[in-house]
Amino acid sequence: MSDRHVVRGMIALPVLAGLGVLLFWGLSGLPPFGNYHGQYGHLINTIALPQRHTTNAVTAVVFDYRGFDTLGEEFILFAAVIGVVMLLREESSEGRSRPDEVTSDQLRLIGALAVGAIFVVGLWLIAFGFVTPGGGFQGGVVIAGAVLLVYLTQGHRPWRRFATEHALDPFEGLGVGTYVAVGLGAAIAGAPFLHNFLGPGKAGTLVSGGSMPFLNWGTAIEVAAANLVLYTEFLQHYLEPLGPKERG
Amino acid sequence: MNFLAYGVAGWICLVGLYGVITSRNLIHLALCLSVMQSSTYILLLSIGYRHGGGAPIFKGVKLGTRSVDPIVQSLTLTDVVVSVTVMGLILALALDVHKEAGSIDPDKLAELSG
Repeated sequence: MSDRHVVRGMIALPVLAGLGVLLFWGLSGLPPFGNYHGQYGHLINTIALPQRHTTNAVTAVVFDYRGFDTLGEEFILFAAVIGVVMLLREESSEGRSRPDEVTSDQLRLIGALAVGAIFVVGLWLIAFGFVTPGGGFQGGVVIAGAVLLVYLTQGHRPWRRFATEHALDPFEGLGVGTYVAVGLGAAIAGAPFLHNFLGPGKAGTLVSGGSMPFLNWGTAIEVAAANLVLYTEFLQHYLEPLGPKERG
Repeated sequence: MNFLAYGVAGWICLVGLYGVITSRNLIHLALCLSVMQSSTYILLLSIGYRHGGGAPIFKGVKLGTRSVDPIVQSLTLTDVVVSVTVMGLILALALDVHKEAGSIDPDKLAELSG
């Protein structure tokens, strides 16, 4: 520890203590834990099922009652990924000689088995996201996680020719595009933008929630693709570059 | 016990901030920021909790059953998504800084620029 860090710690502690006092003072004014009586939450819990035939109230908020905010959120994700791609672009490949071969057969086998299970869980989270716990965001991340596990346990090298940013970018566009298209569909049908204009369907089944399933899948594709682009960019930055032959 | 969950949220926020202040590595700093942000998840979810309430999911559960607040849960979802994207950007910036300056110690970077 240099003097500088000691000084910094000494300044930080009283400041943190003061901030902590303010923070805890503010927190003590909240309703006691477990006694929250927010009207909006109660309202959503009461009307989501009769009105939209959605059994998952959280998904109903995300893709219906607050659907426009979620559109903005998707663009945050979209823009952030573009930012990462631009920052990490045009890297010289000098000095990178880290191999990524997986030599353990056990690891490869367990990985392959786990990938299948995780992938199915991801699909279930997406498909039933508006019926049971889950949703497009959560499922999309799990799908991306399954692919990351493929890279980790089987090696990234064989996939690098296919899982490029150019191959994944269209899916990102497709995801966001689906969301906007469903919103515009409502406008064309004469309702406000992103209004849930499709019939509610039968509650508790996959055919329920009106336009929510489409928004849900659009989001899932966007989230999975965005995460995969991030992983691909960082891995390309980190690993040994492909030889001209492997690039095809 | 009434305010334990809020206390945990406040504590995590402060611990994360201490890490940010004293960090000597940009990756470590990004993780501390992520710890700070985690406190907001705990705070949001604990605000929305109701004693004896189940998940706000009414598949096979009678409508009107006491359940926790769905709105703070969806806000937490937004929070998590933003946290992940910001983390991606920060790590990319850290890589860029390392390429430019050859170090990710914030103090050394300050010395370089000054």
